[in-house]
Amino acid sequence: MLTVVKKQSARILEMIGDYVSMVFDVIGAAMKQPPSWGLVREQLYFIGVMSLSVVAITGFTTGFVLAAQSFYQLGEKGLSGVTGVLVAKAMITELGPILTAFMVTGRVGSSMCAELGSMKVTEQIDALKSMAINPHAYLVAPRFIAGVFMIPLLTLFSTLMGIFGGYLIAVYLFNLSPASYFDPMHLHITLFDVATGCIKAFIFGILLVTVCCYKGMKTSGGAAGVGRATTQSVVTSYILILVSDFFLTLALNMIHQELKYDWMKGV
Amino acid sequence: MIRIRNLWKRYGAVDVLKGLNLDADRDEILVILGRSGVGKSVLLRHIIGIEKPDRGSIEVEGVKITELKKNEIYHAVKNMGMLFQGSALFDSMNIEENTAFYLKQHGDAKTGKALSPAEISQKVKHALAMVGLEGTEKKMPSDLSGGMRKRAGLARLIVYRPSILLYDEPTTGLDPITAQQINELIVQTQKELKGTSIVVTHDINSALFIADRLALHQDGQILYVGEPKTFLKIDDPTIRFLKETYKIKESHR
Repeated sequence: MLTVVKKQSARILEMIGDYVSMVFDVIGAAMKQPPSWGLVREQLYFIGVMSLSVVAITGFTTGFVLAAQSFYQLGEKGLSGVTGVLVAKAMITELGPILTAFMVTGRVGSSMCAELGSMKVTEQIDALKSMAINPHAYLVAPRFIAGVFMIPLLTLFSTLMGIFGGYLIAVYLFNLSPASYFDPMHLHITLFDVATGCIKAFIFGILLVTVCCYKGMKTSGGAAGVGRATTQSVVTSYILILVSDFFLTLALNMIHQELKYDWMKGV
Repeated sequence: MIRIRNLWKRYGAVDVLKGLNLDADRDEILVILGRSGVGKSVLLRHIIGIEKPDRGSIEVEGVKITELKKNEIYHAVKNMGMLFQGSALFDSMNIEENTAFYLKQHGDAKTGKALSPAEISQKVKHALAMVGLEGTEKKMPSDLSGGMRKRAGLARLIVYRPSILLYDEPTTGLDPITAQQINELIVQTQKELKGTSIVVTHDINSALFIADRLALHQDGQILYVGEPKTFLKIDDPTIRFLKETYKIKESHR
């Protein structure tokens, strides 16, 4: 039993080391010789433009549900006026980044992993190496750059769609006035909330792109191996996104409290 | 020129290479014969820097590939090329793009000078003509037969005229006529490029047709190396078996 645990721990540590080494190699390669604009543009289109509809629908419907739940839960206590703030706060700090990351993982991450995985099992990645091309620089770096740039933008888009969706439900279904939906946001949505959402989206973007590319680059075992790697890439990304979300929420709020305390001391 | 000394590689609990030694000279085709799964392809992957050995050294034209860092290897293998068993054509690119890939990325292999689109196009046309694939420029790899894919892979290799050419099972899975076409192309390429070619195969007929020297790979080592005539005279059970199975006489060549 102990031997199995030891072996598994060693395997996991080795995998983490390998993953971190790939991330550094990708960043190093991208900084040393940035990938061609054509490759990056292709990925920007694939990750960004092609994900717009999925992300829009996700944000929109989440906004609907949030507004409806807030209205039903809080309305009878006379708190229907906070519907807008609740929708906006939840979308900006949590649901926007998380749901966008989930949707992009499902749509883009799985496809990246499958594509790289099938290149790996058909020796196309070895062919790149044999032609003196670093596959991390040629294949992963453009995806990394595009992901890091596009996922925060998609998150912003999804968040705005959520707030808009909530507005439609609150105003046209529950007859709240537009002012009572939007006005409290000025008071309660802070720059910190927006920064939290952006930082989370950025970190989730890095995580999902690198995990899915790593799993793809390490695929073995033919077509079945590609399927296995794709499933693992999605599951691992989801878990890492959720776990990192918790720690990011704690860390960012602690930093925020610290800054607020320092500022008050200064006053 | 390639010098391999005391090369060891282990996968899991199995030693695939066990202190392998081998020399390949300039302007020769060295064919490595051996049964499937003995580590012939693994050896090629070590020579071109895809794999790192556990122990031992590989020197290619004076550069010790095995002592280089990961990023240095990419620079060191610029003048090398490999034809993969499954061709390994990039399936997102058509045949023209596949063939032009190296030239677009690195320019001229010898000088490193960037090439104009017209120069690239001319070289691609020449390479495709050499392997008899004119008119397939716009086809995708999935539109080609196995033999055509092998030839397209060969065109992608010879287009940048590397001085070290590695062929992994070039005739496996092909019908005898296509296999012979590939054999002739390997010999023709060698005549034109005058580099060092290493061909890994288990096809003794193909080996006898193209080889300047033959090597027998068995149990993770090179057991014998010699010219085809002397090679066939070696008293070894595997060589005897191959000769009997394929009805090959010692005067074959």
